[in-house]
Amino acid sequence: MLAKRIIPCLDIDAGRVVKGVKFEDLRDAGDPVEVARRYDQQGADELVFLDITASAQDRAILFKTVEAVAREIYIPLTVGGGVRSCADVRALLSAGADKVSINTAAVLDPDFVTEAGERYGVQCIVAAIDAKRVKPRKKDAGAPPRWQIYTHGGRKSTGLDAIEWARTLVEKGAGELLVTSMDRDGTQEGYDLELLRAIADAVPVPVVASGGVGELEHLYQGFVEGHADAVLAASIFHSGAHTVGEAKRYLAARGIPVRL
Amino acid sequence: METIGIIDYGMGNLHSLQKSLERAAGGSRVLVSYDPETLLACDRLVLPGVGGARACMDELKRLELDRVVREAARRKPLLGVCLGMQVLLEHSDENGGVATLGLIPGQVVRFPDPPPPEPGAPADARLKVPHMGWNRVHQNRPHPLWAGVPDDAWFYFVHSYYAAPRDPAHVLGTADYLRPFAAAIARDNVAGFQFHPEKSQDAGLRLLANFAAWNGEG
Repeated sequence: MLAKRIIPCLDIDAGRVVKGVKFEDLRDAGDPVEVARRYDQQGADELVFLDITASAQDRAILFKTVEAVAREIYIPLTVGGGVRSCADVRALLSAGADKVSINTAAVLDPDFVTEAGERYGVQCIVAAIDAKRVKPRKKDAGAPPRWQIYTHGGRKSTGLDAIEWARTLVEKGAGELLVTSMDRDGTQEGYDLELLRAIADAVPVPVVASGGVGELEHLYQGFVEGHADAVLAASIFHSGAHTVGEAKRYLAARGIPVRL
Repeated sequence: METIGIIDYGMGNLHSLQKSLERAAGGSRVLVSYDPETLLACDRLVLPGVGGARACMDELKRLELDRVVREAARRKPLLGVCLGMQVLLEHSDENGGVATLGLIPGQVVRFPDPPPPEPGAPADARLKVPHMGWNRVHQNRPHPLWAGVPDDAWFYFVHSYYAAPRDPAHVLGTADYLRPFAAAIARDNVAGFQFHPEKSQDAGLRLLANFAAWNGEG
């Protein structure tokens, strides 16, 4: 049976691991290589490495850090942030990434996802979706919730509907979706489970839940209520509140198949 | 000193495979090359692969590396990984159908599209394609490549197509996703893993060490 995946996320800014609240107020959380090595040893199933300011500041990805992290770990590594072209994808794969996450560039040109998938294989193309709940107006009372897509590290609204956009990305060839709730990111209040479930049930590819984990219960909810195939978290692991091993034993005890 | 050659036909990330082989096969030199003569001079070869079967076969032919693989298959230990394993078979359904190397009889077919979830179905009933993540591999029979690897160990998979060898004796290991499928295959000195040993921590490194020591029998 395929195990549900637990994925620590390293948000990287200027070569350091950082963690913000709602994509702002960045705080230092350590050296990427040390943090990656620690999670590998704890039994993390994959690592995600997001250069969170690359897109907004028009800055090249920190290839050296990617190389240093990839040298230290023998589990899959996804890298994202500022990926704009097939040359960027190839450079990241060459630096040691196994998968590359695309966000802003896919919104600007959805065919980029297709091109990258055809060239490097859909299994290494992850489409990142940063979604924010649309505040319901009075006349919409009782209507189902809606979410909108944001780009540029959460700074720019696109007007795209999150569920429709998820379907489009899969049609364009994304092999996996990384779904982040901007409302919940860094809040430790738990994933936006409605958003996750709406997307996970709408697409045939794996969905990774992101944004808002504050306790182990939230990981369980991501799988059972959010229908996610993998759960991503940062603060609960970076802060030392829980190890990846503790998270897995907790989930196993509650009946979730995990790799122990 | 023995040399292990990784066949570089320009698709994907060979660095993690190289560093894993270097770590697992401490006594061997590991090189990455697209030069036929350099590769043919190696003691054993690894055919990696990500991407589509058609692009893979096109590039192998363009670089005359299909000849290298066939030549190696006659006398040296040869290991295909992921797509590199799939092209060892005769035909792949990927990209509208592609004739592949034919070193192991059988076909490569796609996982069926998962059925739409039924209301109230448990979370684990929603199976997605690609098959992505860690799954257990059951060892169908003893083989030197399994030495020191526990049965039902976890390995990392990413694929939408799987190999269906015609002769069950060529299946070394089976994983279960939507259906049981061949996760490890071998015919004489030619072997293949559908999973990524270089991404599978200790069990993966052990398999690579076993390949580095394998005499091509079993």
